[in-house]
Amino acid sequence: MKMTRAKRSKIIYNIVTFALVIGAFFILQSMIDAKTISRSLKGQLVPICCWIVMAVSLNLVIGISGELSLGHAGFMSVGAYTGAVISGVLVNLYGVQDTTLRLVIAIAAGGVMAGIVGALIGIPVLRLRGDYLAIVTLAFGEIIRNLVNVLYIGTGDGRVYSSILNKKLPEGVTMLVDGAKGAVKIKPISTFMAGFILILITLVVVLNLVNSRAGRAIKATRDNRIAAESMGVNVTKYKMMAFVTAAVLAGMAGALYGLNSSTVVPTQFTFNQSINVLVFVVLGGLGNILGSVISATALTVLPEVLRAFADYRMLVYAVVLILVMIFTNNPTIRAITSRLFAPLKSFFRRAAKYAPAVGGAVKELGGEEEGEEQKHE
Amino acid sequence: MIFLDNLINGLSLGSIYAIIALGYTMVYGIAKMLNFAHGDVIMVGAYIAFCALQYWGFPPVLAIVAAMAVCTALGVTIEGLAYRPLRQAASLAVLITAIGMSYLLQNTALMIWGANPKSFPRTFINGTTLRIGQLSVSSATIITILANIVIMIALTLFTAKTKMGKAMRCVSEDRGAAELMGINVNRTISVTFAIGSALAAIAGVLLCSSYPILQPTTGSMPGIKAFTAAVFGGIGSIPGAMLGGVLLGVIEIFGKAYISTELGDAIVFAVLIVVLLVKPSGLLGKQIREKV
Amino acid sequence: MSNQSKHRSNTKMVPVPSGSIVPERDFNEIPVLETRHLGIEFGGLKAVDDFNLTIGKTEIAGLIGPNGAGKTTVFNLITKVYEPTSGAALINGRDLHGLNIVQASKLGLARTFQNIRLFGNMTVEENVRIGLHNQIKYDMFSGILRLPRYWIQENKQHEKTLELLHIFDMEKLADERAGSLPYGVQRRLEIVRALATNPKLLLLDEPAAGMNPRETEELMENIAKIRDQFQIAILLIEHDMNLVMGVCEGICVLNFGRVIAKGTADEIQRNPVVIEAYLGKKKEAQA
Repeated sequence: MKMTRAKRSKIIYNIVTFALVIGAFFILQSMIDAKTISRSLKGQLVPICCWIVMAVSLNLVIGISGELSLGHAGFMSVGAYTGAVISGVLVNLYGVQDTTLRLVIAIAAGGVMAGIVGALIGIPVLRLRGDYLAIVTLAFGEIIRNLVNVLYIGTGDGRVYSSILNKKLPEGVTMLVDGAKGAVKIKPISTFMAGFILILITLVVVLNLVNSRAGRAIKATRDNRIAAESMGVNVTKYKMMAFVTAAVLAGMAGALYGLNSSTVVPTQFTFNQSINVLVFVVLGGLGNILGSVISATALTVLPEVLRAFADYRMLVYAVVLILVMIFTNNPTIRAITSRLFAPLKSFFRRAAKYAPAVGGAVKELGGEEEGEEQKHE
Repeated sequence: MIFLDNLINGLSLGSIYAIIALGYTMVYGIAKMLNFAHGDVIMVGAYIAFCALQYWGFPPVLAIVAAMAVCTALGVTIEGLAYRPLRQAASLAVLITAIGMSYLLQNTALMIWGANPKSFPRTFINGTTLRIGQLSVSSATIITILANIVIMIALTLFTAKTKMGKAMRCVSEDRGAAELMGINVNRTISVTFAIGSALAAIAGVLLCSSYPILQPTTGSMPGIKAFTAAVFGGIGSIPGAMLGGVLLGVIEIFGKAYISTELGDAIVFAVLIVVLLVKPSGLLGKQIREKV
Repeated sequence: MSNQSKHRSNTKMVPVPSGSIVPERDFNEIPVLETRHLGIEFGGLKAVDDFNLTIGKTEIAGLIGPNGAGKTTVFNLITKVYEPTSGAALINGRDLHGLNIVQASKLGLARTFQNIRLFGNMTVEENVRIGLHNQIKYDMFSGILRLPRYWIQENKQHEKTLELLHIFDMEKLADERAGSLPYGVQRRLEIVRALATNPKLLLLDEPAAGMNPRETEELMENIAKIRDQFQIAILLIEHDMNLVMGVCEGICVLNFGRVIAKGTADEIQRNPVVIEAYLGKKKEAQA
């Protein structure tokens, strides 16, 4: 089959994405082995992996499927709690000591549980459109947080006890989830390797999905719902597919995140956290997966490196959201910026003559970012 | 007695929601956007009133006027700087911008006034408690409910009788046609933001008179709930915002009293979800059909 | 008027029991579309009322009428964007009652839109591939895991896409962003995308809008070519009378939501009721 230009640049885009992630992993891993990595950065490695997965999966919903979901942290919390409980149950009841096995089972369980919750939420939510969908996902995120706040789970006498609201569990039960105190006494078992593999899985799933029949159906639904339906595309099915896939990935990231520390509290997964991830996605470019990877990494590391940035982080995020949206969506400003960047573009175009491969990738990167506006009808 | 107590508290909270919801519903009806930052304008209004009372020694009425003035200016500025450039953009972009604006206001307030909660001073609004038999009603409750009724009547008359009110209804119906009829759409939307923001200031003072803890996040939860109220009543409808707000307030107080304190917010949001699924146009709203 | 009947094969039209006419060659076949007393009310206003039309299996039919007559509403009723408040529509003898847009499309309906509705951020090829969505399939997991089925079916889709784009000589544009194409090309792409769904009835909503006379002439040739090549029926809404009279075998005229005339091009051109609807009454016109 003859390879078209669009196809070639897509492949290059994917290769660049994977190469970047794998390269970064090996550099960091060798730094860990050589003990040249700073303590604070080492502590950040697993969270960075989690936020990358969160950003990429949210980008699937916002950038690819075109729906603003404001409850992504809710799925993360479902995963984190599930992971913590499963890991605790495996140790306390089944005596599973192998941490890798426990981690794998916990992450898988976190993904499955978040997927189920995502499907249950998706059925009503995805019938709605635009702003209503956004506000309802926000509402669900808050409901999940409220429910987790009054959830009690413990193990004892060879069984699992659970209750909701303020009912006390029997004496002598080892608490795994203790209401507002969150998931307690977690034995941290997450590893950087696990985070790296999770990122790879996420990238394979999302990138391959986007470049397939289902992915095209999702994008078509985003671009024009009525036209997609008229072509026989089952719009709800594909919106659901993007939404649930993102929820599963967020749940897996949550499990990894939860098992990286000794406690998980409900206040870690507020609406603010969903907005943080939204900032990663917006700054990286809607629909641009590589962009999400880079911005999630940068914005997680930056507050650690720059104290001054940490203080003004939220303020900067707010300004970023506003400016990125105005600059990419206002026709006048877009015209001005594109004129400013015209010399740069023609340089790349000339470079592309000599190195078609690289030029394609550059064009693709620019094109992805540009693609978001003009959705209005 | 407890039931009656709860009912009055519910009506009072609901009235605050209703006043906030009016701002949401007018902006949504006319500019077709969810102004996520509306809740934070409330917070700014409350802070201005707080400063006026506490530091500048303004009398209460003047403090409210000052808060309204600042919020009006703020609302119009936000609209002009952040939302106007996106008039033709997709709703996704506008909503993200509005979320950014909400965070900008919250974090600016955090830098100016700090994270420590301020306790809102006592004024004539919450100064006295009325006793009717065994029932004790705060003056804030009565003033809130009365303010809600007055505002609602005033706004209904404004949109029905005045030239600007008619222009608003035109823009809400069909922006393009309104423009062709010589209506200045940008000015109409600005005025809408001005009115909504002035009401937000009043809501902020009333909210903090009943719940006197003031911090940068004070406005966000009531804001989201008030939007829920606006959707409940039917977005774009002024009586709908009032009805939705009052009902939601009552539901929240009763939910907290009889089901669970911790799940109060969850109950409110469950109402939103049920309403959107059963009757997406809300109690008093009109159904909108997409043009093909 | 000399070039008018260039693309219209001298079809003999024969009446069918429902009161419409169809080409003689389609007489013994099940009509591709049959509407019976189809109508819809918007808040008391009858946008379309008592709409009866039968279209033969390989007929090119035209739906004309003044602005606001309800032509696009008829399309929306047939494709189930709107649920009719009265009457019924049948595709190949199957009642559309209770079906949604997607199910109606699967029965063999495809359409273009008056205000172009392409997938603007996707490439031309991807747009056509959406049309092939239910023609060349594989499941989500084959796609994610890149199983052999993915490669086979993707190749098939690619070949078929180029084949379809060839109708309008658009293979070279396969990689362009659909939203950045010129207006006329977008209209053609919409037709290709609709054809990709392998329809029995193709509904074209003002296909020549915004085209220059040369492009319109080409479009006319292509409409006839598409019908001959795919052996499908085409119903088109159009204001360009040269196109309608030149290519349509049966024409239906709508005014204020009601059919005011049906017949061949020659009959419609001579029909005083139609002339009145378009030009107003003689007295008024003189006054």
